Amino acid sequence: MTTMSTLSTTPAATTRAPGGKTNGTRRRSVLVTVLRSVLVVFFAFPILFMLVSSLKPDLQIFADLGSWRAFLPVGDVSLDNYIGVFDRVPFGQFILNSIVISGVTVALGILVNSMAAFALARLRWRGRGVVLSLILATLIVPFETLALPLLWWVNKLPSLEADGFSLAFKQGWLDTYQVQIIPFVANAFSVYLFYQYFDSIPRELDEAARMDGAGWFAIYRKVVMPLSGPAIATVAILTFLPAWNSYLWPLMVVQSEELRPVMIGLQYFFQMNISWGQVMAYSSLITIPVVALFLAFQRSFINSIASSGVKG
Amino acid sequence: MISPALALFLLFLIVPIVLAFALAFTNARLISPRPPEFIGLDNFALLLTDPVFWASVRNTFYFAVVVVPVQAGLALVLAVLVNAKVRGTQFFRTIYFLPVVTSMVVVSLLWRFMYQPDGLINRFLEAVTFGGFTGIDWLNDPTWAMPAIMLMSVWQGVGFTMIIWLSGLQTIPAELYEASELDGAGTWHQFRYVTWPGLLQTRTFILVTITIAAFSLFTQINVMTQGGPLDSTTTVVYQAVRSGYQQLQTGYASAISLAFFAMVLAVSLIQRYLSRERG
Repeated sequence: MTTMSTLSTTPAATTRAPGGKTNGTRRRSVLVTVLRSVLVVFFAFPILFMLVSSLKPDLQIFADLGSWRAFLPVGDVSLDNYIGVFDRVPFGQFILNSIVISGVTVALGILVNSMAAFALARLRWRGRGVVLSLILATLIVPFETLALPLLWWVNKLPSLEADGFSLAFKQGWLDTYQVQIIPFVANAFSVYLFYQYFDSIPRELDEAARMDGAGWFAIYRKVVMPLSGPAIATVAILTFLPAWNSYLWPLMVVQSEELRPVMIGLQYFFQMNISWGQVMAYSSLITIPVVALFLAFQRSFINSIASSGVKG
Repeated sequence: MISPALALFLLFLIVPIVLAFALAFTNARLISPRPPEFIGLDNFALLLTDPVFWASVRNTFYFAVVVVPVQAGLALVLAVLVNAKVRGTQFFRTIYFLPVVTSMVVVSLLWRFMYQPDGLINRFLEAVTFGGFTGIDWLNDPTWAMPAIMLMSVWQGVGFTMIIWLSGLQTIPAELYEASELDGAGTWHQFRYVTWPGLLQTRTFILVTITIAAFSLFTQINVMTQGGPLDSTTTVVYQAVRSGYQQLQTGYASAISLAFFAMVLAVSLIQRYLSRERG
């Protein structure tokens, strides 16, 4: 089975006797619908509450808590909290930082990991089996194990800094964009996903391209990658989500306001602020784009998550 | 073509792994003019006698022991419900999945708001008990802080687990269900003898990944309680960050990281072994 198998939305689990529903299956489907609906309330109410509260002044939020009004955009509804967010912190800068950091991590991640996977799946060289198993073995090490030694290490690395027109080395990567990007570019799981996918592309295509005089890099760029849309989408989503949501790492490596990503910005905004309405507005602002992306590319999102289950 | 990836793996994966082992035996500090000195097992000796570290280990296990079965179980119920042939499957799946695409920092602040003494949860409980319930200060009560964080974490993570169960469910051939239906098997029998054995692989994977995720508990703690009240919610990763970042003690933090890694490794080996035996 390849990792990219699609999750069908038409289920295979229950089959119904031909010729109409029996009483039993009808009762069962009523039960299923009721249970599903109760669970919808459980999963949706906090998010609804966040969105609704972001539109109300604090006094009204607390006045509405005891009734259904807590979940309805009624009363003194306005965008004041949103205006407040932009007034009090450089929110535009935070979101730009997060877009740059996650965008560059995704782009470099696709390039670097697919090239590595191509070399492992397509080129013949000594030791590639060993390299592949070593890369897979690192999947068991959670980032949290490495975070503190890595923090010490990046503080020792030299970085090239542009000072006007002259370039100079300074010690330490702390408080830069690169420290939020470069350590997360190479990813063992992405290599694995690409490797699996490349393995399923017929090798005859390589042969044909080589007959036409194409080199390995041309085969990678013009034959294999154009056929790998689903793998690229999966890796993009599985890289984007943690990069956008990243918290532990930027918490330790970013000090300056102008380098702060949205999640650290939110924590900082919360600490300087006692207006829950504004905190909910900030939260909504960083949640809505991701939810919109999810709704637009739902099938790819679900398939990416599902494919992460294949590594076991 | 593989060299960029290998260089990055070397710099940001292999070197930190080696450093975790090496620095744990030194007095390395994050910012220090002096190079680290070898101090043998001192960090580990300190660790074993540190009551806060032991509290963090207890809390981490407490969190995992509750969250792993609850999240895996609830997710399986959701997956079976979503997989059933009833209208609106996609809508329900979408809603259950929404918390997964919401960042944990947002979720933690949102629930911190709802857990306020005069917040939504208390007001709701007061309303449904007609005032019989007196509010709890959830996050400032040593008994309730951890369960409150557990509930929230399950709420956020269960959609992810549901999708993985679902992909497992859909690998079970429909003929098996048809055959068992012809044999007159009821819903429960079908689940017990067709679905459950068919999910062996998925089960192992889910248990290992949720357990490791549960062990890594950090964001919720840092946003909601900072380990309090009375160290009742401090966790191993939270302690590692506290000593390695706030107190600049990289050496000691590396020792905690190694202890954490040992926990992760042990659990995944045990779970792999157990599910192989039963299969």
